[in-house]
Amino acid sequence: MKQFITGNHSVAEAARRCRPGIVAAYPITPQTPIYEKLSEMEASGELGGIMMRMESEHSSMAACISASLTGARTFTATSSQGLALMHEMLHFASGARTAIVMACVNRTLALPWAFWSDQTDTLSQRDTGWMQIYVEHNQEALDSVIQAFRIAEQVLLPCMVVLEANFISHFMEPVDVPSQEDVDSFLPEVNLPRRFDIDNPSYVAGVVSQSQYRDFKQLSQEAMYVAQETAEKVDQEFGSFFGRSYGLVEAQDLADAELVLVTSATITSTARVALRQLREKDHKIGLVKIRLFRPFPTEHVRKLLDPVSKIAVIDRNISLGREGIFCAEVKAALCNSPVKKQIQGYLAGIGGTDVDVDLIQRIVLDALSRDAFLDRPIWMKEE
Amino acid sequence: MQPSADSCEACTPGMDVMRSGHTACPGCGQAISMRLVLRAIGAKAIVVTVPSCVSVIAGPFPYAVANVPYYHAAFEVAAASAAGISNALKIQEKQDIPVLAFAGDGGTFDIGLQSLSGAADRNEDFIYVCYDNEGYMNTGIQVSSATPTHAWTGTTPTGNTRRKKQIMEIMAAHRIPYAATASIGFPEDLMQKIQKARDIRGTRFIHLLSPCNTGWKIPENMAPKVSTLAVETNIFPLYEITDGLHYQINYMSKGLPVEEYLSVQGRYAHLTPEQIKSIQTETDRAWRDLKQKSGGQS
Repeated sequence: MKQFITGNHSVAEAARRCRPGIVAAYPITPQTPIYEKLSEMEASGELGGIMMRMESEHSSMAACISASLTGARTFTATSSQGLALMHEMLHFASGARTAIVMACVNRTLALPWAFWSDQTDTLSQRDTGWMQIYVEHNQEALDSVIQAFRIAEQVLLPCMVVLEANFISHFMEPVDVPSQEDVDSFLPEVNLPRRFDIDNPSYVAGVVSQSQYRDFKQLSQEAMYVAQETAEKVDQEFGSFFGRSYGLVEAQDLADAELVLVTSATITSTARVALRQLREKDHKIGLVKIRLFRPFPTEHVRKLLDPVSKIAVIDRNISLGREGIFCAEVKAALCNSPVKKQIQGYLAGIGGTDVDVDLIQRIVLDALSRDAFLDRPIWMKEE
Repeated sequence: MQPSADSCEACTPGMDVMRSGHTACPGCGQAISMRLVLRAIGAKAIVVTVPSCVSVIAGPFPYAVANVPYYHAAFEVAAASAAGISNALKIQEKQDIPVLAFAGDGGTFDIGLQSLSGAADRNEDFIYVCYDNEGYMNTGIQVSSATPTHAWTGTTPTGNTRRKKQIMEIMAAHRIPYAATASIGFPEDLMQKIQKARDIRGTRFIHLLSPCNTGWKIPENMAPKVSTLAVETNIFPLYEITDGLHYQINYMSKGLPVEEYLSVQGRYAHLTPEQIKSIQTETDRAWRDLKQKSGGQS
């Protein structure tokens, strides 16, 4: 049934239909409406599980980890400072091979204080061993939460579904909200390993030697490869069941492209309009949207961009002292590509600033006219 | 009430959940604590620990000294982790399995206090045992907010200038159903308290004095003896608080001079007569206060 709802509301509707046993959360703008909506659902009996109203995000993640290890389906949501506070426990969650699903609403990290969309908070967590899915609109937010539970519980790695502050979290769109019956058919009942079995006691997790530590990390890295295949398969199955799928990476108009623009999340929607208009003026620009960031779909990116010689990457985030993080990852993915490339990074939308059609077209025209591509990113601002 | 061995089912030999082969120092007070607590709670429990000497005692992977499911959580989240397990057990309709959190004074008084306060506020369903060795002993003896005044540690080389944080008062202020102090010098009393706590629902807290021979600079056969002296000098009285309001002293001590407790420990070797006197004065004041709170009952 179509409902006109915010991205946060979409996430809550998805989460509850996945029947989490434990939701442990703590308020933070702009995630709070997810927490409130799930609390309403708990009060009305629609949630089914237990809502733990925690005293911090750090404890929320700690409770999710131990609940997941006990065998419960667990969900939480956070943003920005809350996510940063969780950092220690994020490593823990993946190291313990939990299947937690977390909605992360991208928000600027202090200092300075602000409340707007900026992906640096989640991208800073890229090395924690979590899967990360970046979504473009409310529907994709809802669908990705359902997919995330299937993927996470299959490979035993936790998964973040990342949506942007305001543009998704608080903007309303028509969203097809699936029925409980359909979600039940797509997502099997929780069947996680119960790690605290009193009849067969064991430790989670003892102190290990150097080589044991290395071998555990190698196993987790191998699980990430499996996770990528699983994410692709789950997305395809979701497509045949619900009629909507997104791929790990999405490509548009690559065949004749003289330049390819790489985007993520909501900037992609605006780029679609900007590139359509440019095509009318005979600028043949392709578009690649990266949806799965961890594990990074290197083969997919290679397959799409190997033949391309000019690439522009837009980042609403920055690794200070380097460049936009998607740009750095795309460069790394293509370093063994047989075709020599020029890749230019553009910083646009940092701090939640507007990235409109005009700004994207300026980025494209700059990249087209540029002889020398720079190793440093170019800051793009409103005129 | 004088604790009696006859009334304690767990005091029977052969009930140990903790196996031989732990890797703690010889005569470790903490290993004794763990053995007694696990014996009292029984093998059908889930244990949460945090970084501390417990993780040393547990043994290196894949060895395991305790014959119970055992989760080694992060330092500051013993309480939140125990709460996550007990709520997950609830939805699995297994709430009869007791969840026991086991953390040191650093993990309780200091870095874990927020998580513990949050869980106690929500009256989460677990038993929390703080084994208090009055400092960061696993990292090699540094001051914590549980270190007593004047005690030597590696970071208070001339003696601690702070007071020991009153963790029992903090827990009582949360109005949790049950809080009790215990000492490995009184093992029957300790085990009875664990068993009493096991039959109550909600957040239950045991403050267990548990000497570190190395940190306290005492010989390796002295942990139980020093734990007994702590009680007999009123440095560490044995009492319970029900619902955060009702105090009951469990053992009327001999009221020995504090010097008998202090003088056997190298961490107090530098004390001046004035410092010993001030410890005596504060101990007497606290004991009077406790007796008043318990309405003169014992």
